[in-house]
Amino acid sequence: MTASLPPAVLSIDWQVLVDAVGLGAVYALMAVGIGLVFGVLRLVNFAYGQLIMAGAYALAFASQWDWPLWAGVALCFAVVIALSLAMDRVVFRPLRTQSPAVMLVATFSVAFLLQSVALLAFGPLGKAASSLGYLNRPVTIGGVDIRKITLVAIVIAVVCLVALVLLLERTTVGLHMRAAAMDFRTSRLLGVRADRVIGSAVLVSALLAAAVAVILTVQNPLVTPDFALRDTIVVLAGVVVGGMNRLLSATLGGFAIGFVSGLLGGALPTDQSQYLPSFLFGLVILVLLVRPGGLFSRGHGPMERV
Amino acid sequence: MSGSDAILELRGVGVAYGGVAAVRDLSLEVRRGEIVGLIGPNGAGKSTTLHAIMGLVPPRDGEILLGGRSIRGRNPESVAQSGVALVPEGRRIFAELSVEENLRLGLAGRRGAAGAEEDVNRVYDLFPVVKEFRRRHAGALSGGQQQQLAIARALVAAPDVLLLDEPSLGLSPTVVDIVFRALASIRERGVTVLLVEQRAQRTVALADRTYVLANGELRMILTPADAADTQKMVAAYLS
Repeated sequence: MTASLPPAVLSIDWQVLVDAVGLGAVYALMAVGIGLVFGVLRLVNFAYGQLIMAGAYALAFASQWDWPLWAGVALCFAVVIALSLAMDRVVFRPLRTQSPAVMLVATFSVAFLLQSVALLAFGPLGKAASSLGYLNRPVTIGGVDIRKITLVAIVIAVVCLVALVLLLERTTVGLHMRAAAMDFRTSRLLGVRADRVIGSAVLVSALLAAAVAVILTVQNPLVTPDFALRDTIVVLAGVVVGGMNRLLSATLGGFAIGFVSGLLGGALPTDQSQYLPSFLFGLVILVLLVRPGGLFSRGHGPMERV
Repeated sequence: MSGSDAILELRGVGVAYGGVAAVRDLSLEVRRGEIVGLIGPNGAGKSTTLHAIMGLVPPRDGEILLGGRSIRGRNPESVAQSGVALVPEGRRIFAELSVEENLRLGLAGRRGAAGAEEDVNRVYDLFPVVKEFRRRHAGALSGGQQQQLAIARALVAAPDVLLLDEPSLGLSPTVVDIVFRALASIRERGVTVLLVEQRAQRTVALADRTYVLANGELRMILTPADAADTQKMVAAYLS
């Protein structure tokens, strides 16, 4: 850090605020995707970013093949859902009863395996997903220039979160998912089908990953094997900071870390943006020291259940 | 006892945790409409027996039959959907869900949606407190009310057999009375019950037949007449 921070640090304007909300919205969606699977499987899916990466490559290829936009988005969703279900069937479900450490290492392995496969198959230089590039153009609202994708991201996040709340609160499968997240064993004893609950959580999580892939490829059209890796690490930190054991606190944690990251990114001058991760993760450590159970969770115990 | 009308039957069941046997060569049967008791000191293997029936622990030996068909090796949700409902030890209600949502979870064990509303109304008649507090968080109920909810939740699944694991544990004597009265009522409605209990005398008096377990093995079988025979009751635990 320089001895004196430039005045630009404090130059948070409306545009930065809206961008920060947009990033918070995307990270909230990722947090929900990670939190849902954690709820029923007690598994922190580090490979969530690679699902997004796979979706982004699907969009890039569709763009390269001149597919219409809808077909590209459909391909993205199909690839992410198929990969997510395969990941669940082949690795996560068989390891469901193992220790958290085993499951975490398994998800690390899946993540880096997929990244390596992408590197071998598609090379390190990346592919452009440009079909939705026009969403990067700004619209002016109240004198503030806002990129369309930021508004789209916020709307998608709100729609997805409302739909998810309706699913969880108003449907039988939602009730079963909530119950399984609270006490999986008792839920099964009552006749709640573990396969159905896990499958539903994995499917919803995949749908969210695909939506995030679409949004992130607009913001960053160059798709490389490490696409969304950094975002996933930041969101995982956000989920833990917010409170892992409740979906709401995990989501708020995801939003908060995205929002703060967006604010810091906007406030720091371009030539000092390398300080962003240090600030962000310094803040993460500080919050964890003060509230290890989660910033938004009830109580303090890290083992508190839903 | 003839095996033909047994709704639930265990034949030579053995269960081990690691290398340690928790239940050895246990045979028992529960016939339609009966209340059958299962008593014994702590560590006798009572809860393990229920867990083996529900598919929570795999039996090492023997056979578990429901309506004459094997359910051994099935997972818990499959056993539940075959017509066996468990009221687990410690109630295990979902404290953050409403009373009504807890009941809706019990419907997951039903074999069909038909008649669900009537069954819910029947359990409301049996446990008025569950109906009265149906909009509350289940965690806000007292221990006795939670126990009634746990039994109600199992009953809405319309099971062929209801398994209860120490339903009176930790309850005041008044509430224990309510629970035992409810069990008698449940029998009158034709539900078959396998009751694991620590309150030996009350269980023996209520049940058509009570199996006494010790160290994982069947020690003796008691009838309601034995409930008043203090010597026999003491022998059941200490011999």
